[in-house]
Amino acid sequence: MTPDRFTFISELLRERSGLVLTTEKTYLLESRLTPIARRAEVSDIDALIDLMKVKRDVNLIEEVVDAMTTNESFFFRDIKPFDLFRDHVLPPLLEARASKKSFRIWCAAASSGQEPYSIAMTLLEQKAKLAGWNYEIVGTDISRSILDKAEKGVYSQFEVQRGMPITLLVKYFEQQGETWRIKPEVREKIKFKFFNLLESPASLGKFDVVFCRNVLIYFDQKTKGEVLERIAALMPPDGMLFLGGAETVLGVSNAFKPVPNQRGVYALT
Amino acid sequence: MKRCLIVDDSKVIRMVARKILQELGFETEEAADGQQAVDACKRQMPEAVLLDWNMPVMDGIEFLKTLRAMPGGTGPIVVFCTTENDIKHIQEAIEAGANEYIMKPFDNEIIQSKFSQVGLL
Repeated sequence: MTPDRFTFISELLRERSGLVLTTEKTYLLESRLTPIARRAEVSDIDALIDLMKVKRDVNLIEEVVDAMTTNESFFFRDIKPFDLFRDHVLPPLLEARASKKSFRIWCAAASSGQEPYSIAMTLLEQKAKLAGWNYEIVGTDISRSILDKAEKGVYSQFEVQRGMPITLLVKYFEQQGETWRIKPEVREKIKFKFFNLLESPASLGKFDVVFCRNVLIYFDQKTKGEVLERIAALMPPDGMLFLGGAETVLGVSNAFKPVPNQRGVYALT
Repeated sequence: MKRCLIVDDSKVIRMVARKILQELGFETEEAADGQQAVDACKRQMPEAVLLDWNMPVMDGIEFLKTLRAMPGGTGPIVVFCTTENDIKHIQEAIEAGANEYIMKPFDNEIIQSKFSQVGLL
């Protein structure tokens, strides 16, 4: 790929999604954009990029961003954060909201839905404690196609076996041939919405707990800081943030501080 | 080192499972049917059992019921690993005392994920 084509596509991705594409990731362009080139009836991805240069086709641009930002996800990814949520974040939250009996959770990179569904199942497993409570989980993502999958809540046998205990599978999923569909009682706890983390999340409302895991790693330092500041602005003073295992707020934002002995959990400063 | 008994009538599956489990740090033993597995458990109770369902002589569910009734037989963590992938079979396995359930085909990632959920890793 010529340097000017690479510059064009990497700048477009950074501007639209915050994704930082380095030259050693050029192979990703090849594997993910080739199907789009075929659909656009051009010979290869070089031709696709040339087409995008001359014609600012919004749908095409969205399709390209979508393809480049789609990431795989697992149920109960890394397990620990969900245990920490249940054992250390939820109890004080329930105590603090005892009069209001409601709270809201935001999954800021919901991907194909495994994370919000894992949170919903964690909460449903605490049914007794949550009797009479209202809670809402909002799952957002920049990819419309991945949100479609999340909303359907249908997963392959392979997907439901990565990370999910068999007892939860039997309890919260219905088998449909070779696939497994999340039951309505879990599905109805979650609102899926299209949202770009580079934009203001003010319209999403306030959130007591935010999961923003394994998405900041794709952004540059400045963007990371800005995203964290905007998340902080949506939280009450006792709000809690979950980041991915390879992510931190240190040196990125002063809005959050790590919670001691709770890896990946951050409180407002 | 933890010991895992691999129970499957397919030599190929036992070999694949053995490789994965040894990489995860298990000492492995093999049995080609439920009866051989019972005999192995009488000699020495393993910490874990990876268990096929359909086998000649004695099938997996019968082995599991026999194991759970043996002295010390509640100790081993039993993970089914079978092509039986419907809810009825899964529920029957859980009721008989299975700790986890893998639907074939499996790979090292699924074994690792299931084994860590039940505290073997």
